[in-house]
Amino acid sequence: MAKKYNNVLPGFNLSLGFTIFYLSLIVLIPLSAAFIKTSTLNLHEFWVAVASPRVVASYKLTFGASLIGASINAVFGLLTAWVLTRYTFPGKRIIDALVDLPFALPTAVAGIALTAIYAPNGWIGGMLAPHGIKVAFTPIGVVIALTFIGLPFVVRTVQPILEDLEAETEEAAASLGANRWQTFTKIIFPAIAPALLTGFSLAFARAIGEYGSVIFIAGNMPMVSEITPLIIITKLEQYDYAGATAVAVVMLVISFILLLGINGLQWWNSRRNSPAI
Amino acid sequence: MSGISTTQFSKYNARVAKSRATSEPTWVRWSLIATVLLFLSLFLFMPLAAVFTEALRKGFDTYISALADADALSAMKLTFIAALIAVPLNLVFGVAAAWAIAKFEFRGKSILITLIDLPFAVSPVIAGLIYVLIFGLQGWFGHWLADHDLKVIFAIPGIVLATIFVTFPFVARELIPLMQAQGKDEEEAALVLGASGWQILWRVTLPNIKWGLLYGVILTNARAMGEFGAVSVVSGHIRGMTNTLPLHVEILYNEYNYAAAFAVASVLALLALVTLVLKSIVEWYAARSACAVEQN
Repeated sequence: MAKKYNNVLPGFNLSLGFTIFYLSLIVLIPLSAAFIKTSTLNLHEFWVAVASPRVVASYKLTFGASLIGASINAVFGLLTAWVLTRYTFPGKRIIDALVDLPFALPTAVAGIALTAIYAPNGWIGGMLAPHGIKVAFTPIGVVIALTFIGLPFVVRTVQPILEDLEAETEEAAASLGANRWQTFTKIIFPAIAPALLTGFSLAFARAIGEYGSVIFIAGNMPMVSEITPLIIITKLEQYDYAGATAVAVVMLVISFILLLGINGLQWWNSRRNSPAI
Repeated sequence: MSGISTTQFSKYNARVAKSRATSEPTWVRWSLIATVLLFLSLFLFMPLAAVFTEALRKGFDTYISALADADALSAMKLTFIAALIAVPLNLVFGVAAAWAIAKFEFRGKSILITLIDLPFAVSPVIAGLIYVLIFGLQGWFGHWLADHDLKVIFAIPGIVLATIFVTFPFVARELIPLMQAQGKDEEEAALVLGASGWQILWRVTLPNIKWGLLYGVILTNARAMGEFGAVSVVSGHIRGMTNTLPLHVEILYNEYNYAAAFAVASVLALLALVTLVLKSIVEWYAARSACAVEQN
């Protein structure tokens, strides 16, 4: 508080006032509507809405597929970040820019494009179909879509850390007799692990709520390939507002916990890195 | 001040980095590059190529007529209207929030930053749902709106609101760290020289943050024009009335009119590519101006 009195710049009340007003109007009050609507249900009704077998099957698919998608991105995102920071090859700058495509491409476009490729008559689906592998219209399709939309997160959180790594530590490790793999596992990986975990959580959090890219490729079969956001839409279309909102509240609470976790992770990460600077 | 020796040093560094001790054997390097290219082909390049090949599969005439269709044009118009309202509002909010957070100390600041991030953590479907709960027929203001013959849900205001919600944090998130890093010395100097608050904002702060601001606007605009889930819940899918471009893609696709669906999708994909190009340009300028500041 004392610092505020020392600050001579104008506009504090106006800017903070507008920020809180706009935040409340657009985000906080509407979000609280979901919680207030759910509180009109008694415990039994709430439980029936959020724990019926069809809804539970959708949680399993949504969280399972998000976890697999985020894991694929952790491995290949790290690899992509590594290749983009350490090596030179033709077309590198264009590829670097294209990594952000899943942020920029509308999810509906991504959804129909992935379906076109992975459907049994598509470029890749057509190669897999003779071997009895179905991708589109199965849970594997959900994983494909969730991998696509989470792709930039790991690359973009790990890349700057890899760029800033001091070459000296690696040289020191090498001069002390470590081979390349030892240097990577003992020196480089511990340094990028927090960023990798942050990128993984961001990709996971994004995947849980994703709707547009999934519904085209999933096939949307109840109990098999129906994601939780689609359950909310289905309930809404049946005018089951309270039921839709109850499921939404379950997802909101999980997302808030993830957001707090990610913020905590980034805070820990910056504290861990700052003494070195 | 010692530009030449730094260059020599970095050249020396580059040579060391290429030596055997701190790099991988050539075969490892190329197999890693090949793995990454294969992964990105499966997930990035092929979907992008598929949009354009599918769009042109039935020939150029079909492509053009899908885009010149009256419903497609009105969807385009609505998409632009939504972005045209959402982007400036979130831009003003982003500057105000960043000004309060970066230039002042107050209690609850980190909570405020987390709350600004909140829309990123909310599923787009839920973003649409909460506005239905408030403005829908059974919602808080449903009766009042119906009595006054006003429509928010299944109409343009709902689409705009949902778009504002999903793009809410973008500008603020770009500006807060940028303005925190810049500090407030220049603003205080301007104040001592007699500038008013608005003069400081226009002449000192905004020129300093222009690249970050532009970057945030580009991201906001891309998301605003491409949003699907949130808009889908509040739109009601009335053709020619409350359809945005992404929703139009869905309708055409569900009608098995694939060529037209991909034709409209290709417009959105082009928009995404333009976004990536602009983003790279802004990043380049931002890095250059940051270098210029350091050299001064």
